[in-house]
Amino acid sequence: MKKESFWDKTATRSVLASLVAILTGMVAGGLIILIVGLTNPTLGIKGAWEGIRLVAAGLFSTGRGSAGELTFGFNPTSFGNMLFRAMPLVMTGLSVALGNKAGLFNIGAPGQFLAGTAASLSVALSVPTSVLPAWLIWILAFLAGMIAGACWGAIPGLLKAFLNINEVLACIMTNWIAANLVTWFFDVSNLKNALEGTKSGYIYKTSTILNDVVIDGVSSTVGAAVPEGAQMVATRGGVATGKMGLDALFGGSQINGGILVAILIAVVIYILLSKTTLGYQLKACGANRYAARYAGIRDKRNIVLTMALAGALSAAGAALYYLSGNTEFFWNTYQSLPSEGFNGIPVALLAINNPIGVIFSAVFMSMLQICGQKLTELTAYNEYITNVIIAVIVYLSAFMLVIKMWIGKLRSGKAVKK
Amino acid sequence: MPFLIRQTLVYAVPLMLVALAGVFAERSGIINLALEGIMIFGAFMGVLFVRFVQQWGWFQAAYDAKNYLALQGFCTLAILFAAACGAVFSLLLAFAAINLKADQTIGGTALNLLAPALVLFFIRILANQNTLNMYTGDAASWFMLKKAMFGYGRTQQMGFLGSTFVDKVYVATYICILVFVVMSVVLYKTRFGLRLRSCGENPQASASLGINVIKMRYAGTVLSGALAGMGGFVYVLTTANCSANGDVAGFGFLALAVMIFGNWKPLNICGAALLFGLFKCIAASYSTLDINGDGVYMLKNLNINTNIYRMLPYVITLVVLAFTSKSSRAPKAEGIPYDPGKR
Repeated sequence: MKKESFWDKTATRSVLASLVAILTGMVAGGLIILIVGLTNPTLGIKGAWEGIRLVAAGLFSTGRGSAGELTFGFNPTSFGNMLFRAMPLVMTGLSVALGNKAGLFNIGAPGQFLAGTAASLSVALSVPTSVLPAWLIWILAFLAGMIAGACWGAIPGLLKAFLNINEVLACIMTNWIAANLVTWFFDVSNLKNALEGTKSGYIYKTSTILNDVVIDGVSSTVGAAVPEGAQMVATRGGVATGKMGLDALFGGSQINGGILVAILIAVVIYILLSKTTLGYQLKACGANRYAARYAGIRDKRNIVLTMALAGALSAAGAALYYLSGNTEFFWNTYQSLPSEGFNGIPVALLAINNPIGVIFSAVFMSMLQICGQKLTELTAYNEYITNVIIAVIVYLSAFMLVIKMWIGKLRSGKAVKK
Repeated sequence: MPFLIRQTLVYAVPLMLVALAGVFAERSGIINLALEGIMIFGAFMGVLFVRFVQQWGWFQAAYDAKNYLALQGFCTLAILFAAACGAVFSLLLAFAAINLKADQTIGGTALNLLAPALVLFFIRILANQNTLNMYTGDAASWFMLKKAMFGYGRTQQMGFLGSTFVDKVYVATYICILVFVVMSVVLYKTRFGLRLRSCGENPQASASLGINVIKMRYAGTVLSGALAGMGGFVYVLTTANCSANGDVAGFGFLALAVMIFGNWKPLNICGAALLFGLFKCIAASYSTLDINGDGVYMLKNLNINTNIYRMLPYVITLVVLAFTSKSSRAPKAEGIPYDPGKR
């Protein structure tokens, strides 16, 4: 039997199809920028050209030179921030990918993300450091987030398995319920940032040192500087993910060891899906629920389990992000859902639901976000163009099969010519 | 009471129209998850239309002369424009789902991502902020019916019917009701409607009787887009003072729930939409709601957290779906790409 050539492998074609989708998305974004630039006299062709260069290579942007021209070069801060922002996206991407593998469209990632945020933030900020060491609190907070996410994710799973409610609808409804619940939860909590007066609407960073004190019989919470004569009750906070030396590599960025945890979890999910019985059962349910049941697989249990796992993954992303110590949570979430959750969908689709691929597509997605940020900083355009690009990529990934077929035809056409 | 009914209608009418949009797509065999995105796009284009027409000064004379008939005509034009734009936008879904046999859920999600992104990109460039408002004035002074227009004085009452259905009401709401009725009749009482519905049940059988399934599915999706775009604009016109900000607060998805709850039938959808409209209305204005007109804000006095009221429409949706989903009957062929070779 003839050995399959590199270009005829399904994996190669999948990657090629993804690249075609990415390229088309970028071209579409560039075209919109060009059209806007040409119709807008203040931007003109020069502004459009700057916009296009920033969309394509914003990661390497180092701002503007003395003559006002765009300068490019290696920018460690952007690189570090790219990896930092990829961290929650890897997790929500895994969450959506796992759902897709089991035939469930998990659009509930934002709600699960919020559940994880609420649980891990409240644990990290409430457990006194005098009782447990900070690293143990970090682990507890991380686990609490995952458990909360798993419970929240299990709800649409249960509704789907036992009441036959479409999981997409159930997920969307639970998203909005979570948004309101989390707002309510923090509304009545004592975790609202009261130390920095300008930061209204934000929860404390987990790295903030909080001292519960009693001054003249009145208990209150103060920061690291304890006023004289105050009686100490407990110290909370001061929890943050270890940097693991990554901050030295990418100076000035937010990066920390969380990205390594995310990559590790991606590998675990890869092994779970491709090397274990459970993974096989999940995929079998995804391929054909009824055939799987006929083969003796408990389909209902698997649906609930998948959604719970997916919820735990999304929530782990939230925990990693907010336990970083340098991120702040805006708790009035009832108005809008966290974009990290929704961005898990394009991440998973672009990676064709492959857990290892998710790492790369998440990094790509966060690179686009950095480009968008640079675009807003340096030109009259704004960051929403990167969302347009992402949407175009998702649109194309809806008919990946057709694109793969086209690539296949291109190949066979060449083979005939030879 | 008049206030409660009026506000319920304000929320319920766009909801039922967009739910009917979902019915048109699904009855022809296409799952239209993009309703939310199409609403956002339609809302933006409608507001843009109003803005530009105001900027060109076409209706300024009518406004100055208090020619309300002309202003209502202007409003209707904007609605039609939004509907046309929604139809064009939905072609993206139709092309992917029908010609390329794409996964309709992903295609719909893509449009849901695309619409707010595009809309916000342009709003930011046009208005330098995240909200696109009317060029001048506000929606109430341009498009709202007021009792003064019918010769009533400031102190005169219009009576129950008048103050419920005429005073402080947008004609757009009634246009939507009219369109809802007409389109329901089209779907159920015409040859076209029957053919369209057959494509959602068994497209191969329809094809064997000489119906062009591809054309019918395109018709279903495009009509769906038009209705959703229209619903989106009417929603922002009546609830957000005719301004677009790339968000309709999950109304498109709520409409999908209403559609399933209503079992893909117009009359049931009408009832479901009224129920959700009522809860939306309570969530939006419970603190100033005076149900029996005795000056006591009963719901506010119950002292229930705002977040509970905000959550209610979604919780109710889930509960209702839990009770109805067992008996609900979706069109058989929805979501399955049409393959003429299949039997």
